[in-house]
Amino acid sequence: MIELQNVCKTFPVSGGSVEAVKDVSLKIEKGDIFGIIGLSGAGKSTLVRCMNLLERPTSGKVLFRGVDMASLSKKELLEKRHSISMIFQSFNLLEQRTALKNVCYPMEITGVPKKEAVAKAKQLLELVDLGDRLGSYPSQLSGGQKQRVAIARALATDPEVLLCDEATSALDPKTTRSILQLLQDINRDMGVTIVVITHEMKVVEQICNKVAVLDNGSVVETGPVKDIFLSPKSQMAKTLILPQNNEITKNMSQRIIRIVFDGQESSEPVISSLSLECHTAVSIMGADTKNIGGKAYGEMLLQLPDDEVSVSRIFKYLEDRKIGFEEVSEDE
Amino acid sequence: MSEFFTSIFGGGMGSMYLEAFITTIKITVISTAISYVVGIPLGVLLYGTSSGGIFPNKVLNSVIGFIVNMIRSIPFIILLVMIQPISKIVIGTKIGDDAFIFYLVVAAIPFVARMVESSLKEVDAGVIEAANAMGSNNFQLITKVLIPEAKPSLLVGGAIALTTILGYTPMTYLVAGGGLGQLAIQYGLYRFQPKVMYVSSILLIILVQIFQEGLSFLAKKLDKRAKNS
Ligand SMILES: Nc1ncnc2c1ncn2[C@@H]1O[C@H](COP(=O)(O)OP(=O)(O)OP(=O)(O)O)[C@@H](O)[C@H]1O
Ligand SMILES: [Mg+2]
Repeated sequence: MIELQNVCKTFPVSGGSVEAVKDVSLKIEKGDIFGIIGLSGAGKSTLVRCMNLLERPTSGKVLFRGVDMASLSKKELLEKRHSISMIFQSFNLLEQRTALKNVCYPMEITGVPKKEAVAKAKQLLELVDLGDRLGSYPSQLSGGQKQRVAIARALATDPEVLLCDEATSALDPKTTRSILQLLQDINRDMGVTIVVITHEMKVVEQICNKVAVLDNGSVVETGPVKDIFLSPKSQMAKTLILPQNNEITKNMSQRIIRIVFDGQESSEPVISSLSLECHTAVSIMGADTKNIGGKAYGEMLLQLPDDEVSVSRIFKYLEDRKIGFEEVSEDE
Repeated sequence: MSEFFTSIFGGGMGSMYLEAFITTIKITVISTAISYVVGIPLGVLLYGTSSGGIFPNKVLNSVIGFIVNMIRSIPFIILLVMIQPISKIVIGTKIGDDAFIFYLVVAAIPFVARMVESSLKEVDAGVIEAANAMGSNNFQLITKVLIPEAKPSLLVGGAIALTTILGYTPMTYLVAGGGLGQLAIQYGLYRFQPKVMYVSSILLIILVQIFQEGLSFLAKKLDKRAKNS
């Protein structure tokens, strides 16, 4: 659907230049919910803005359904943007328009007859659960509601792709979940390919099927979310997945392992069985389990006992049960 | 009490004030309106051509900016004298109310253009980015996003323009125009009837209040960013 080939973006700044995006190649397939994760300043916004050419790459190609975006005329590009919608962290609604009129805007500029536009806008606002707030102005809506209006507006032109730049970063955890749920529904029911920019692993875990980890402008790791979650290879991915583990391991002289659940084991009482079968006690240093794509996933940090025999028994137990684990080294 | 009023408004004075009052409103409103007809596109051009604007153009921006600044820096009274020949060509006369409106408009356009520019600059960059991402062309961006979003600020600017232009109306005595300012100067300065000067001035103050408060009220009422609207 969207393919980036060796995309670079350099900004001239006083006394030099900033390489915001360095040689990024990505392939986003139809139907994906593709996550792009990275810390602040990693170049996420710049990268996503390259996808609809709000930012022109300094070099490299952006292909949308095989068409080189840079080769399009100004008019063609504006038309393409109707198929690539975007939502933002700060919602960016038109403050002087009601919710309904906001959703009508993209249809106004594409020349949809007014009656038709209003009917469709109403329908979309129903879809995002705001059927009763048609006449409200953005200032009268909460953050979550504003983002819903923005989503309805983004869907008004029947886009093929929806780009979300930190769409939930300004929202509380509960509202975040409901917005992510909405995005997931849109992906499933309407077949809209979604690109999710975020700095939170939680967001990726909840809805993405694929993810690219961005560090300082470069993609350091990319693949199915499950793979990266189960065995992160790059330091950045590890940092993003295990923010708490760094602090814990730093102050510990003991050996710590991180075990990972990937759905099927979650119903079993793994830890208590482990203690029973291995005749040893383990301390849980940290745990985090959640739902990814309807399945339970999670991780747990366990402090290993001192004696080697128990340790090897634990390793064997985990291996037998095909539970992923890795030792977390101290100096990371 | 009634004697006091008779002494002020009696003997045909009442209708003189009324006429002057209406003339002043007419001159001010017409000048402001024409200034905006030219000033809005000019302001949009100044905003759009600036670096980071929606159609950056350094050369055009500097040229318009220079002309605007130049006219703004010429004192009105001198500008008026300087452009009298142009008025003769455009309006057909150098004196009277119509010529005076022409002088006011020329002086006010650059001022209005700058105010429009600064109102447009207040529009949130994120909103413009969203409009761009939706595939708006420049015309749609200006007419459907920038100006509507800047409307409250534009109205506040309008109140400032209106009252500033009103403040210049007494200069009309230079070109034999009419209005409250002319009354004040003619009677106060040349005919030694300070009462007329004071009454005209009070009427001017009332007019300023009406313009200022009226437009500010409108701006507030129309601004949907306010929680209580
Ligand atoms: N227009 C610009 N001019 C100069 N530098 C820029 C510009 N836009 C972005 N940058 C720089 O590019 C880098 C990446 O910025 P970007 O906004 O893409 O980061 P981000 O990953 O989206 O961060 P955040 O999570 O804080 O939004 C930063 O160093 C930033 O300063
Ligand atoms: Mg960003």
